[in-house]
Parts: sequence; structure tokens; C-alpha cells
Amino acid sequence: MKEANSTVRMLQGNVACAEGAIAAGCRFFAGYPITPSSEIAEVLAQRLPAVDGAFIQMEDEISAMGAIIGASLAGAKSMTATSGPGFSLKQENIGFAAMAEVPCVIVDVQRGGPSTGLPTNSAQGDIMQARWGTHGDHPIIALTPSSVRETYDMTIRAFNLAEKLRTPVILLTDEIIGHLTEKVEIPDHSSIEIINRKKPDVAPEKYLPYEINATKIPAMANFGDGYRYHVTGLVHDETGFPTNNPDKIQMQLERLNQKIDFYRDEIVDIETVFTDEMDILVISFGSTARSARRAVINARENGIKAGLMRLKTIWPFPDKEIEAIYKTAKKIIVAEMNLGQLAHEVEWATRREKPVIRVNKINGEAITPSDIYKAILAED
Amino acid sequence: MDYLDYLRQDKMPHIWCDGCGNGIILKSILRVIDKLGWKKDDIALVSGIGCSSRTPGYVDFNTLHTTHGRALAFATGIKIAKPKLHVIVVSGDGDATAIGGNHFIHAARRNIDITMIIFNNFIYGMTGGQVSPTTPTEKMASTTPYGNPDAPFDISRLAQSAGAVYVARTTVYHVGKMDRYIEQAMCKTGFSVVEVLTPCPTSYGRRNKEGRGVDMLMYQKHNAVDLERARKMTPADLSGKLITGVFVDKEQDSYLQRYGDVIIKAKN
Repeated sequence: MKEANSTVRMLQGNVACAEGAIAAGCRFFAGYPITPSSEIAEVLAQRLPAVDGAFIQMEDEISAMGAIIGASLAGAKSMTATSGPGFSLKQENIGFAAMAEVPCVIVDVQRGGPSTGLPTNSAQGDIMQARWGTHGDHPIIALTPSSVRETYDMTIRAFNLAEKLRTPVILLTDEIIGHLTEKVEIPDHSSIEIINRKKPDVAPEKYLPYEINATKIPAMANFGDGYRYHVTGLVHDETGFPTNNPDKIQMQLERLNQKIDFYRDEIVDIETVFTDEMDILVISFGSTARSARRAVINARENGIKAGLMRLKTIWPFPDKEIEAIYKTAKKIIVAEMNLGQLAHEVEWATRREKPVIRVNKINGEAITPSDIYKAILAED
Repeated sequence: MDYLDYLRQDKMPHIWCDGCGNGIILKSILRVIDKLGWKKDDIALVSGIGCSSRTPGYVDFNTLHTTHGRALAFATGIKIAKPKLHVIVVSGDGDATAIGGNHFIHAARRNIDITMIIFNNFIYGMTGGQVSPTTPTEKMASTTPYGNPDAPFDISRLAQSAGAVYVARTTVYHVGKMDRYIEQAMCKTGFSVVEVLTPCPTSYGRRNKEGRGVDMLMYQKHNAVDLERARKMTPADLSGKLITGVFVDKEQDSYLQRYGDVIIKAKN
């Protein structure tokens, strides 16, 4: 069924990301060339000025991250896109965005690592960097699309979450999804839900940019809107100014670190396939989840009770969702293009009560359905 | 004018030491803003990390204290997203030309519509007196205990070479010139730089036996040489002198002006 007023196009994952950004209201992109994410920048260089937005190619990855924070403070929905080495370089300023609670979207089209790694090959090794790449305790959200259409939808969702929760959001895609071309139905823009940051409804002299309130999310004024306030990466109190008062530090950092957990159930998104009456649970995400789905379908066709849990959000971690279904399984298979970053989290979530079988590949090639099917068949 | 109109008085006292010149530069910036009649709501003051980068916390504008060296990157985003804002960056010599050196030359090349005031005290003051990219050769710093083996950057010449459309250097002693240069810079369309030499008696003066703040100001008074006069002097005569004046003042389309053309092309 085609959605009302939708258009059908052949799109590459990276192009869908750029189009999703435009649909979400992104009007500022700063980037630096890096494979395999460059198409996102190239498309937005063409598209943004046509919608009165702005694209800028900065001098490096660090400044691209800084520029999107500045633009967001001035009121523009902002995004940058990168891959492994660039994602490493952006980490300090991602921490700034988390600390100063500036909405923005960072796309990481994962490639093989470490270091320069495998620029033109896929990997999924940035799970932990997405969570802990910057120093200190901080909240983060990371979304993991498995298709071109999902890349489009999740780019919009990334902006909505960033705006609603005043936080950087990471779209953690990978080279396979980024460079995959699929037939995609693009929904009519008017049918897309768009969330904008909550503006203050108090007089400027009463405005507290880091107010502690029941929603955990303070209202955000844009620079130039008549609310003159201070933004810093130093630990600050509710006024935004630096503080050394341990009680105030505690209160602000607690709120900061609790705010994503507070909205956790709203953020976490998973898909399950054949997880009723299941002996074997396969957990995967991103491009690898496509192979996992095929493997599970093959298993069911051969009378093996396998099921799939596909993680559409990876941070905050879907521990409760895993907990709700893993107990009937005799074993759990975690398929990912790294050496077990997700498997480690799954072991924690399941308290190591079941064997967690790792299907990993780090040579740049995709994990195939038969790689996962073999693990399903294996006597462990 | 009343400086108190522009200061966040509840944030005083400031962190700057006795004899530091940073407050003199801050007053000059405020005098110019007052003279130009800019509204406080329309000003964004952006900094990185260091003593001078604490300036935004003390003034009643839209203020942003970013990561070390990255003020220009954040400021670029602000200016492009909201061109009506007057975007001013304050930075120190280490912030601007070491960790932030790449952003500095590219902001100049790009001719982004920002005014940058660099507080050059030849040292990393906040962290306790380590050598900076402008510390003169042979001078003492906590990380050059045998004297600085490196050659320094000339910030104004660097900005000039990189393409800034307005570049001037003065000292905090020469307050009249400082006001004039900062005003010219703020009125310039494009990337303008004012480098102000400022004493750091605590971390630089003490270690190099240059006396207290007042002694360092007197050094500025007696050793500042105007650019025109310096051209006629020999390198030996110029040793220890502080070359001041307007290095560049030219007209060139700014980044925002050129991006306006991009928008027109994209729509057609």
C-alpha cells in the first residue's frame, strides 16, 4: 500500500539521510569530506541553499562539529556527517553539546577501524565510541537504521529527539546502508511529525537556561531572541554560569545524566520477528540485521524455532526489551561487524544466564545469512 | 557611558590577576559597542579556553564559552545561522594560534563576517605559564626552563597572509589606538582581527624579570613602534620592539555576501 501523497524514488542511504534532514527542518550542515559519508554533504551542499539554509565545508572535522553547535544555539536545526576517524575527532565537541544541552545530529556512517582502517568497507565498530567516546559521564542517544527508508525516517527522528530532549543524537549507520540503493517511498512532508525545541515562556530576567523542572528538559532560548544567557562547557548551575558548589554540581549533573533515562521508554525502539515460542534468539542491528532476518526465516522454514530482535536504537540500550523475551531461548546469537561490542551488552542484560554466541566479522565483508544460519544450526 | 550597563556585576570579582591587561581590552570593547549603539541582544561574544576566554562570562550579551581553540568554529555557525547578530570572538595567543591555529587561518581565508580580538600575552597564563606560539625565542616559560628554543608566530602577519580584510596590532598601553582599531574592525564587513599585546606579570613578567604590571605597561609605552617607522628600521634596531599599526584594511566580499549569491543560484 502506497501512503497518501507519497513519492516513490530510487535512493541511496546517504541521500535518504540528506533528504530526511531537509524534511526534519535541518537548515545548517557543516562537514568535512570523508568516505563513506561524503554523499550526505554533497547532497546538502546542493539542497540547503535552495531552502534558505546553509551548507559549509569546514577546515576539519572538529570545526564542523563546533559550527553545528553554534548554528543550533542561534536557532537552526543542524547536522554533521562523518565516519570513523572523523567521529573520533568530533568527540570533544559532542561532549560540549551534551554538557551544554545543544540539540544537534551527528551521522556516523561506520567504516572499518581502528585508525584509517577500511575507508570503503563497512563495519559496526563504533557502538562503544557512540556511547563513551567523549570524556566524563553524559547521556547519549544512538539510532541504527537497517534500510534506506529507515535512514530517512530515523534522520527525522534524530532531529525530533535532539530538539525535544536538548541533546546531541547520533545516527549510527554503516557503509552498507549508506551506499545501498533501494526503492523508497518518501512520505508527504505534511504527514511527518516535526518536534521543535521548547522556547521559554517567561520574561528574559526570569529565564533559567538549565532550570531543574519536572520534565528534566529546560526550555531553550535562541541567541538573538532577547534572552541573553551564558553557555559554557564548564559545569554550570541553573543560570548557565560556572559553579564550584558541590550541591549545585550534583543537581545539574544528575539531571543531565537522568534526562535520557527519564524518556527511555519513549526513545527505545526494537523490532521482533518470530520471537514467540523461540528456542534461539538472534540479536542484530543495522546492515547485519538484514542477514539475520534472512537466517531466521530460513531456520523457521526448516522447522527451527529461531527469532530475531533487531535494535533500531542502540543507546539507551534496550535491556528491558531483551529481558522480556530471552528467557525461553536456549541460546542467544549476536551478529555484528565488530568483535563483540553488542554481545558484551547482551551478556550484561541477560546476566550471562544463556550462552551468547558471537557471529563477528571485521574484514570489511558483510556478515551473510549463511554465517548466522551456521551459528543457528551449531551444537554449542 | 556606564560600563556597569554591560557587565554582569554578580559575576565579579573576575579571575584576572593584578596587573593583567585583559580588563583594559574588555573596557575598550565595551566603549566601542556603546559608541556604535549596538543592542546587547544583537551581540554574540564567543570564546575558547584561557584567561581571555573568560571574558564572555562577565558581559551581558549572548555569550558562549566553547572548547579550547574552537571559538571561531562555533562563531561561524552562529553567524551563518543568524546573520543579524554581531559576532565577536575573544581569544588568547595559545587558543587562537596553537590549538585553534587552523580555524584562525581558515576564518581569514573564508573572510567570515566575524571580528576577532586576540589578547596576546605571550604565554599560557591560566595553566601556569607554559610557552605559547608567540613567546619570543630565548624567553623563559615553565615548559622552557632553559629558554624558548622555538621561533614565535607574528599573529598579525599570519592573519594578513591568510586573507583577513582588517588586521591591526596595538598594546593595552595605547588605549586610544586600541579603541580606534577595535571600532574599525567591528565596522568592517568580513573577517577582522585586532591583536592586542597585554601584560601577564604573573606568568610571563615574573619569570622573565620584566617587573610588575605597571613596568610591563611602561615597556609597551617605550618600545611600541609604528608600522611605517618600523619599515625604515634595521632588524637590529627592531630587536625587542613592538610593531603596531594597521597591517591590512581592504574591501573584499565577505563569506555571507558570497553565500547570498549561492542561495540565489540554488533557487534558480
